[in-house]
Amino acid sequence: MTQEFLITILATAITAGTPILFAALGELLTERSGILNLGVEGMMLVGAVSGFIFAVKTNDPWLGVLAALVGGGLMALIHAFLTVTLQANQVVTGLALTLFGTGLSGFLGKPYIGVPIENAFKPVNLGILSDIPFIGPVFFQHDQLVYLSYIVVPVLWFLIYRTRLGLNLRAVGENPASADSLGVSVYKVRYFYVTLGGMLAGLGGAYLSLAYAPTWLENMTAGRGWIAVALVIFATWNPLRAMLGSYIFGGIDAFGFRAQAMGIAIPSFFLKMLPYIFTILVLIMVTRKAMANRVGSPGALGVPYDREER
Amino acid sequence: MTESLLVDMRQITKKFPGVLANDQVELQVKRGEILALLGENGSGKSTLMSILSGLYRPDAGEIYVAGHQVSFKSPREAIKAGIGMVHQHFKQVETFSVAENVILGSKDAGFTMNTKQVEKEIAELSQGYGLQVDPTAKIWQLSVAERQRVEIVKMLYRGSKLLVLDEPTAVLTPQEARELFQVIKQMTTRGQSVILITHKLNEVMEVADRVTILRNGKSVATRERSQVNERELARLMMGQDIIAPTKRKLGNLGQPILQLKDVSAPSDSNRAGLCNVSLSVREGEILGIAGIAGNGRRELAEAIVGLRSLTGGSITLCGKDVSNFSPREIIEEGVSYIPEDRLGSGLVPNLGAIDNLILKEYRRPGLGRGPFINRKLAKEFALRLIESVGVKLTGLEAPVKMLSGGNLQRILLARELAAKPKVIVAVYPVRGLDIAAAEAVHQMLLEQRSKGAAIVLISEDLEELLKLSDNIGVLYKGTLMGVLPVTEAEPEKVGLMMLGSQPEEVKAS
Ligand SMILES: Nc1ncnc2c1ncn2[C@@H]1O[C@H](COP(=O)(O)OP(=O)(O)O)[C@@H](O)[C@H]1O
Ligand SMILES: [Mg+2]
Repeated sequence: MTQEFLITILATAITAGTPILFAALGELLTERSGILNLGVEGMMLVGAVSGFIFAVKTNDPWLGVLAALVGGGLMALIHAFLTVTLQANQVVTGLALTLFGTGLSGFLGKPYIGVPIENAFKPVNLGILSDIPFIGPVFFQHDQLVYLSYIVVPVLWFLIYRTRLGLNLRAVGENPASADSLGVSVYKVRYFYVTLGGMLAGLGGAYLSLAYAPTWLENMTAGRGWIAVALVIFATWNPLRAMLGSYIFGGIDAFGFRAQAMGIAIPSFFLKMLPYIFTILVLIMVTRKAMANRVGSPGALGVPYDREER
Repeated sequence: MTESLLVDMRQITKKFPGVLANDQVELQVKRGEILALLGENGSGKSTLMSILSGLYRPDAGEIYVAGHQVSFKSPREAIKAGIGMVHQHFKQVETFSVAENVILGSKDAGFTMNTKQVEKEIAELSQGYGLQVDPTAKIWQLSVAERQRVEIVKMLYRGSKLLVLDEPTAVLTPQEARELFQVIKQMTTRGQSVILITHKLNEVMEVADRVTILRNGKSVATRERSQVNERELARLMMGQDIIAPTKRKLGNLGQPILQLKDVSAPSDSNRAGLCNVSLSVREGEILGIAGIAGNGRRELAEAIVGLRSLTGGSITLCGKDVSNFSPREIIEEGVSYIPEDRLGSGLVPNLGAIDNLILKEYRRPGLGRGPFINRKLAKEFALRLIESVGVKLTGLEAPVKMLSGGNLQRILLARELAAKPKVIVAVYPVRGLDIAAAEAVHQMLLEQRSKGAAIVLISEDLEELLKLSDNIGVLYKGTLMGVLPVTEAEPEKVGLMMLGSQPEEVKAS
C-alpha cells in the first residue's frame, strides 16, 4: 500500500465519519441526560433536506447549516415533549420520529432531487497545518464543518467531565431524583440536551447534503443514524471515543468505496454491508465488555422522571 | 414566642390518588431542638416532610419559615431557605464520588469545579460534626451507614438550619444509631434544628426534645419529651393500647427440611455475594436472618428460590439436591417465596387480583384445560383465597397496583401459602405495613410454622426477628457469622455480629 493510498483512505475516513460523528455526539448528549433517541436517522434526514433547500435558495451554505440545526432541533423538541413532558415510551417515540423524518424529508426534498448546489462546502487550506507531511493532508485539507467538529469534540468532552454543567447533566442521566433533590431541574436539563442532540443530528445530515455528497437524495443517510446510535455505546458515552469510532466507520466506508474503484474483486454488496456488519460486531463486543465492567450506560437511560412517582 | 419558631406548618393537606396522606396537619419546630415525628407506617410522615423540603406541593395549608410564609416549588427553594432532608431512599448518584454528590447542583464550586478545594471543605465540615466520610470515595463503594453520612454532609454543606432525617435508624445497627444521635445532638448545640422521623418509641425517648405524633394522616398530639412515657406515645400513635406481645413458646422442631452446605453465590454489584454459607432449617422452625443491607440477605433468599445460580456448595430440600434448579422446579418442590419487592417481583402490578392469584396455579389441571383458562373456575379459586386472608376488595379485575401495601401483601401471601409450602422464604414481609396488617402477616407465618413449614425470615427489623424466630443467623459480608437461639440473641449482641464480630468475641466483651 502506498503512502498516498493510505492518506486518501484516512482523509476520506474523516469526511465519511464526520456526519456520523455529529449525529453520535448529539445522541451521546441526549443519552447522557437519560433520554434514548432512536429518531436520529429521521432527524439527520430532516437536517439534510432543510439544509439543502436553504443552501440552494439562499446560495449560502451557512444558512443551510442554520436551517439544518433548526430542523433537527424542532424534531428533537417534539421528542422532548413526548418523552419528558408526556413521559411516553422512548423507543416508540424515537422510531415514530424516524419514520416521520424519513417521510417528511422525502416529501420536502422531492423537487430538489438532482438539483445542483453551487455553493457547497469545499476544502479549505489551513496554511502551515495543511502543509505538515502526512498529518496535513489527512486532517487539515477538509471543509469548515470538519474543522468545526474538531472543536466541538473537545469542547463537549470538557463540558461533560470537567464542568458543573456536565456534572448536572451526568447526574440527571444517572439518578434524576438525586439531581432534582439538589435543585437541578431535570426537565430543563433533559429538554436542553435532547434539543441540542437533535440539532447535532441535523448538522450531521447537513454535512451529507452540503459537503459530503453534496446533493439531495431521498434517504441519503442510508442508516448512518443507526450507526450513530450504536456508536454511542461503543464510545461508552465519551465524545473522544465517539470521534475515534466515527472515523473507524468512515474508514470502512471509504475502504469499500476505494476498493470498488480500484476494481478489487469483492462483490460490491458485501462492501456496502461492511459498516453494518461491523456495527453488529461492535455492539456484541461492547455490550459484553460493558456488562463485565459495569461501565457505561447512564443509570436512568430510557426511564421517564416524575417527581411524585414512587 | 414566634421568634423561636423556625418552621410552622399549618393545616397541611396532601392527597394522592385514593389516599389522603396528610389531613390538616400542624407542626412546629423551634430553633435548636430535636423534634421527633412519630407515627406508624403510612401515617403520612414522609409525605409531610417531603412537602416541607419542596419535593411535593401541598394541596392546602401554609408554611412559615422564620416567620415568613413560603411556598416551595422545588427542593432547591427549600434548601435555600435552610431546609435539608435526608430521604429514606438516599438520593445519590452511585457512580459519582462523595464530593461530586455533595457539590451537585451547588453553584459554590465554580464553573469548572475545583474538586480539591471542595474535598478539603467536605473533610473539614464532616470532621467538625464527627461524621466520618472520605470525600474521594465512590458512592457504590460505601456502606449504608456511610452513605447516610454523605447525605447529611450534603445538607450541612448547603448550610441547612433544619435537617430532616426520614427513619434514619432503619438501616443502622444499634451502635451506628447511637453515633448518629451524637451527631444530631451536636447539631442542636450549634443552633441547628433536627426533625427525626421514626416509628420507634425508644428513639423518641432517647433523643427528642419534643414529639409530634401523626396518625392516619392527622397530627394528633405534640408533647414535651419530659412529659410523656412510651406507653402514652404508643397509645397516641395507634389510637389504642398495645397488646403486649405474648412471648411465644419455642416450638418442637422436627426433621431438617432445608439445608445449605457451603453455598457461595455472586452478587449483582461489587458487594459481597454469599461465601460458604451453611445452615439448616427444620420442620416448624423460623430461622431469622439479620444483617445490614448489602451483606448478602437478598442473595441468600434468591439462592434458595433458584433466582441466583450458585458458584459453589449445595442446597438440599428434604434430602434431595436442588442446587441450581430453576425457579419453577423449586416451586414444584414446595418452596414459596415472598420477595422484598412485592409489587415488582411478587405480583404483576397491572394485572387484577384474579390473574395474580392464579399465577402459580394455572398450569395445573383444575383451572382449565390445555392452554386455556376457565375464567369462572379461576374466579372461584381466587375468591376462596381472598376470603382465606380476609381482604376486602372492590374489584377483582382492577390492577393490583392500586391496592394498599397491606392488601397487596395479603394477596401475595394468599397465593404463596395456598400451595401448602414445605419451605417459605420471606423477605421483609411487613415492610411498609401498618401495625394491623403486619400483625396479620405475622400470624399467617406463625400458623404456617405450626403446620410444620420451615421458614426463612429475612428482615431488617431486629424486633420482628426476635419476636418470630426460633433461631437467628447473622450475615456479614456474605458470610454467616453464626446462628443463635432466640433466647441468647440480645439485640446488642446481634448488632455487633451484624458489624462483623464473631459470636464468641461478643460473649467475651
Ligand atoms: N408518591 C406517592 N404516590 C401515591 N401515594 C403515596 C405516595 N407517597 C405516599 N403515598 C401514600 O400516602 C400515605 C402516607 O405515606 P407516607 O407519607 O410514606 O407514610 P409514612 O412515611 O408515615 O410511612 C400512604 O398511604 C402511602 O401509600
Ligand atoms: Mg415513610
